[in-house]
Amino acid sequence: MKKPRVGIPRALMYYYYYPQWKCFLEELGAEVIVSPKTNKQIVNAGVLSAIDEACLPVKLYYGHVEWLKDKVDYIFIPRVISIERKEYICPKFMGLPDMIRANVSELPHIIDASLDLSKQEKQLHGFVREVGKHFTNNGFKIAMAWRKAQKKQREFLQMVVAKKIPPHEMIEYLEDREPRVLTAQNNQLTIALLGHGYNIYDEYISMNIVKKLRDMNIKVVFPDVLSSEVIDVEAAKLPKRMFWTFGKKNLGGAMHYLNKNENIDGMVHIASFGCGPDSLVGELIYRKARDGEMPILNLTIDEHTGEAGIVTRLEAFIDMLIRRRVVAQ
Amino acid sequence: MKVTFPHMGNLDIPLKALLEGIGLEVIVPPKISRKTLNIGVQNSPEYACLPLKINIGNFVEAKELGADTILMAGGVGPCRFGYYASVQKEILKDMGCNYEMVVLEPPDTHYSELIKKINHLKKSTSWWQLYKSLKLAWQKACAIDQIEQTVQEIRPLERERKADKIFKKSLHDLDLAKSKNDIVDITTTAQHDLRDIELKSNSRVPRIAIVGEIYTVLEPYVNHNLEQELGRLGAQVHRSLYLSQWINDHLFMGKLTVPGSIGNGHNVENSYIRSFVGGHGRETVSSTIQYAEHQFDGVIQLAPFTCMPEIVAHSIMPTVSANVGIPTMTIYLDEQSGEAGLKTRLEAFVDLVWRQKNKMGAESSSELLPGN
Repeated sequence: MKKPRVGIPRALMYYYYYPQWKCFLEELGAEVIVSPKTNKQIVNAGVLSAIDEACLPVKLYYGHVEWLKDKVDYIFIPRVISIERKEYICPKFMGLPDMIRANVSELPHIIDASLDLSKQEKQLHGFVREVGKHFTNNGFKIAMAWRKAQKKQREFLQMVVAKKIPPHEMIEYLEDREPRVLTAQNNQLTIALLGHGYNIYDEYISMNIVKKLRDMNIKVVFPDVLSSEVIDVEAAKLPKRMFWTFGKKNLGGAMHYLNKNENIDGMVHIASFGCGPDSLVGELIYRKARDGEMPILNLTIDEHTGEAGIVTRLEAFIDMLIRRRVVAQ
Repeated sequence: MKVTFPHMGNLDIPLKALLEGIGLEVIVPPKISRKTLNIGVQNSPEYACLPLKINIGNFVEAKELGADTILMAGGVGPCRFGYYASVQKEILKDMGCNYEMVVLEPPDTHYSELIKKINHLKKSTSWWQLYKSLKLAWQKACAIDQIEQTVQEIRPLERERKADKIFKKSLHDLDLAKSKNDIVDITTTAQHDLRDIELKSNSRVPRIAIVGEIYTVLEPYVNHNLEQELGRLGAQVHRSLYLSQWINDHLFMGKLTVPGSIGNGHNVENSYIRSFVGGHGRETVSSTIQYAEHQFDGVIQLAPFTCMPEIVAHSIMPTVSANVGIPTMTIYLDEQSGEAGLKTRLEAFVDLVWRQKNKMGAESSSELLPGN
């Protein structure tokens, strides 16, 4: 029998959950197809089908769904309401399958199980069962597939933290099975790159900023390579509990990198235009950086952002950091 | 302790009654003006949504009048509003505008947190007094909404523009009212005066519903007096949100009866958005379905620019509109919104709704024009 083909859009939560989802779906007997890296065509398709006011990463998600829709039997669009207790991602993630259904025509079957861990961990079983029942009625098989997928995910996250390699490169590394040399050489500066993973790791959205910085002989660190314990310790210092998971990660990460012994020379924060959480979290990060005398560059991006403008600002920022270091010595 | 709070429509009247009732000195910020907006925009993060900016303007203007404590609502996500107070506190600190901030929100760990805050506010005032003040505030909120609904009915039909003057006067009187009897008297007089207004004979007016994000729906400064404008264009307006209904839903778990809540979005089968999405995103779609069932002629969705829950709803509105057969229009508002642009869009929308309504049975094209 032919395996059912399931599409996973290479956008949004892909950067955090791909190893788990892929393993789970494959164990259930599906063939997983991932959309290619974001390209001009995908951006255009997304911009056309999404409403203007949506943010760039959501528009790209539409674009990836458009790319997948006539190539697969199912598209995996989970409704990610919450991945940690008492926390949320963003309202747009909560309504994502509904938005896609309303705006994208001729869709294949959508797997839109809800993942809501805001109140209780138990809900996870419901999510697993709901996804699994598309492929098999055998509860045992589903449970075993999930166990294996969870193990994969744990290993993935542990490797990200242990090797300090950001998730998107770790995914590539795990896929290729080719040992890549990712260790830093003698770098002149270290920069903490802040922002939502689906923005900074998507080479199209971020204009490949990670590579650009590394080419300038700069070491780049990310909040995603910090363990959740480190983030939680920092976030606990906030006067009000941060209820956005990515907001907590970025703010907590920024606070951690402000420690003198982390030897960070500057911070770059990338936000998409119109991002709700970042409009407030970004402001708080900016204030923390200012109080800690840390140089910070805020880049806001959307589908109209030009690469030249970003490069100019980045270069000016780096020049400033180098001068600052010379003065300090 | 001199307490202030942000403006939102006529919220100041019941809230003032409540706070004064428990023995606090209340400083109501000046009405929202260009100046309020400018202060807010200059000092707030650029991409924050509009209510945050106007709140800042309110707080700064109230400080000039001597306020020293802010009473603010909070939340626990996913809508941005839950984090307003924390960011606003930082902004005000930077501006050298020192305030104590009391944030009332669903407790994070235990109800004692909330009770502690209330005790901090009411000091030695008894719980019985708090209950009595709450009751008075509630009666005022209901009275405002009752009168306003009559005003909304009359606006498109009155020969001279009198209804808004009567409404304004009764708001002023309600603010001063001290007892239930006062409130009943004011309401009766206002209703009586409103019913006395001479009306045009044309009774076929389109009915347009306003749905969307609460602040933009309730605050006329932000939506450029949208309701009055629609009334002038000959349309009757109903809102999905009235203050009394909102208080009822959030404070009294929806146990009380409120005036005219036909479009509140409760008990509607909503298969378009299958999950809570924060704010009023889901209700926006549910209300639209409900208004279509009630034979309304059009729905206007209002939201601050970049409002996350309303963007989800907006994505779905065209589908709902086509399926339930009701024209819809979405308007985003921010500090850049111009009145002329808004008026043009409203005129076009009312024209469209008129033509749809009169498609059948219209004898000549002149009958299709509004205001005849």
